[in-house]
Amino acid sequence: MKETTVDKILGHPLNAWYVAAWDHEVNRKPLARTVANRPLALYRTEDGDAVALADACWHRLAPLSMGKLEGRDGIRCPYHGILYNSAGRCVSMPAQETINPSATVASFPVVERYRYVWVWLGDAALADPELVPDMHQMDDPEWAGDGLTISVDCNYQLVLDNLMDLTHEEFVHSSSIGQEALSESEFTVHHDERTVTVERWMLGIDAPPFWLKNMRDKFPGFEGKVDRWQIIHFESPTTINIDVGVARAGTGAPQGDRSQGVNGYVMNTISPVTDRSSRYFWAFMRNYRLESQVITTQLRDGVSGVFREDEDMLVAQQAAIDANPDYEFYSLNIDAGGMWVRRLIERQLAAEGRLPAPVAAG
Amino acid sequence: MATSHAAVWQRATVVDSTALTDDIRRIVLAPDHPAKVDAGAHIDVRVPIGGVLDRRSYSVVDAGPDGRTLAISALDSPRSRGGARAMHALRPGDTVEITQPIVDFPLRVGAAHYVLLAGGIGITAVMGMARVLRSVGADYTLVYAGRSRPALAYVEHVQNAHGDRLRLHITDEGNPLDVTELVGGVEPGTELYLCGPIRLMDAVRRAWIERELPYPDLRFETFGNSGWFAPEDFVVRIPRIGAEVTVRATETMLEALEAAEVDLMFDCRKGECGLCEVRVLDLDGDIDHRDVFYSERQKDSRGTMCCCVSRAVAPPGGTAVVTIDIS
Repeated sequence: MKETTVDKILGHPLNAWYVAAWDHEVNRKPLARTVANRPLALYRTEDGDAVALADACWHRLAPLSMGKLEGRDGIRCPYHGILYNSAGRCVSMPAQETINPSATVASFPVVERYRYVWVWLGDAALADPELVPDMHQMDDPEWAGDGLTISVDCNYQLVLDNLMDLTHEEFVHSSSIGQEALSESEFTVHHDERTVTVERWMLGIDAPPFWLKNMRDKFPGFEGKVDRWQIIHFESPTTINIDVGVARAGTGAPQGDRSQGVNGYVMNTISPVTDRSSRYFWAFMRNYRLESQVITTQLRDGVSGVFREDEDMLVAQQAAIDANPDYEFYSLNIDAGGMWVRRLIERQLAAEGRLPAPVAAG
Repeated sequence: MATSHAAVWQRATVVDSTALTDDIRRIVLAPDHPAKVDAGAHIDVRVPIGGVLDRRSYSVVDAGPDGRTLAISALDSPRSRGGARAMHALRPGDTVEITQPIVDFPLRVGAAHYVLLAGGIGITAVMGMARVLRSVGADYTLVYAGRSRPALAYVEHVQNAHGDRLRLHITDEGNPLDVTELVGGVEPGTELYLCGPIRLMDAVRRAWIERELPYPDLRFETFGNSGWFAPEDFVVRIPRIGAEVTVRATETMLEALEAAEVDLMFDCRKGECGLCEVRVLDLDGDIDHRDVFYSERQKDSRGTMCCCVSRAVAPPGGTAVVTIDIS
């Protein structure tokens, strides 16, 4: 096995939990969602359990997501009326007196956690709910916030690269969170088998507009220099939670006293859709002014605008990759976090026997 | 399921052949294109029978890493249609054509309780499932029933692997399987996976329905080669096209009609889909319905049959003749 990560875009591990939808999106009307190249029909039983079935009837592959829910946990194919239960077993074949014993559709393991519906498309015997990445800030009473979903036409790895190196903020997000200090400051990288951490501190700097606003929400009329941090936590294969914030300069934030600052967590989990499209679920959670719905909405809308700038760049980057199949990637020192992510994912792909990566198309 | 149903043929080399019992051999194959093997998978093998390549299905008992080797087991019984004899003749170094592992009998992980029920050679279909259920810590019972201990393949293996979770029922040791008692003791939330002869399948199905357990929780696989009677020669007449064909004990009615160039529709070849249905106009003898397509009512009416698996049975002292019409 090669140890140098050179592929531009990567295949996706299958023995992993991916978010298929926000919890509020899955209800008593079937929802069609593709995750990791597998079209799914998502719905909820009358008992409230989320279900993920392969979105193709056993018989002629008509999409079950176009069908109707029936009974406690059933879904009926909209074409010839074959009825399945939530385990994917046929319970009725309207045109005959018996049921063909092989009539099943795949029913994938589902876990509902942190306001998301997670699905496992690989070996069901390995689908341990304890492997759901830690995103506890999403529904912890000490945190408040909200998020949205971005459908982005690029390989999921490009989104991970984007989140693992935030020096791009200076150039992509110059009006909100970008500043020169980002690319000028030192950073450290750590990794283990499932995680990568990139930590960057910028001390005694001016707060960029986004952070000045947040400081003033907590400390009305705030003026002055801040210490700013970005601690990027990656958990395999596609979750990145970024501990971000600023505090009054010199009040001890690097040593652990954040009381004179504001702290947010940018929660990101990326679900591959196809090799060249991804669904990017994000939220911005904060641990101050929990009572303020106005701040929740302002932060969600503000971050949404920032991420639209990323989306434009990522789509353009994927297009350029595909338009230049004979050109390779070169790396910079700032890519260390992203390159560790790529290596961990490649190791998982190798363990699943799923290397090499998809071919970059022209 | 649909995604893994289409057969892709490839070559495989025999790497081992071992007698497990007087009638059962374990055959280990190395496919040219290995693929991961899931519980409940089978492969189809092209076997020469009477100089013609025919197709037989065998459950994958166990597999090496990434499917680089596949073990199957073949029972050569007096009721065999000839496939097992050819399989038993295979020796290391021989090559055969096989499909990729196909899962038409998937194990669902996540049920509250499981019963895996194997009659005789049916153990080959549920051993992989038992292995998965043990590894995920599921609540399962493996029930293995047969006539006599020397005829049971893998009996020591499953004793060692599954210990207290194994229930052995051996008729000639005075401990036969009581299907009513077994199904009667099933806890709510149990999925029962069954592979065995048609009499066992029928008894379990009746007991399951009698207890009003959810029918989709009764899972079974049949390769359509088990009947109520031993196969014997019989005659098929199709007056509309002036055909009369003798079906040998070693071939199916569909195979005999195909050989006679009768243009028939079919798909699954294991008595599940009902596409090979023929209308019975007249019958001298009875029908051995080996399919799972028809209801009891339909079988009792003797008006139609699935010619891919079902056969005619002779009346006392005579030869069976079935007169049919086709689509």
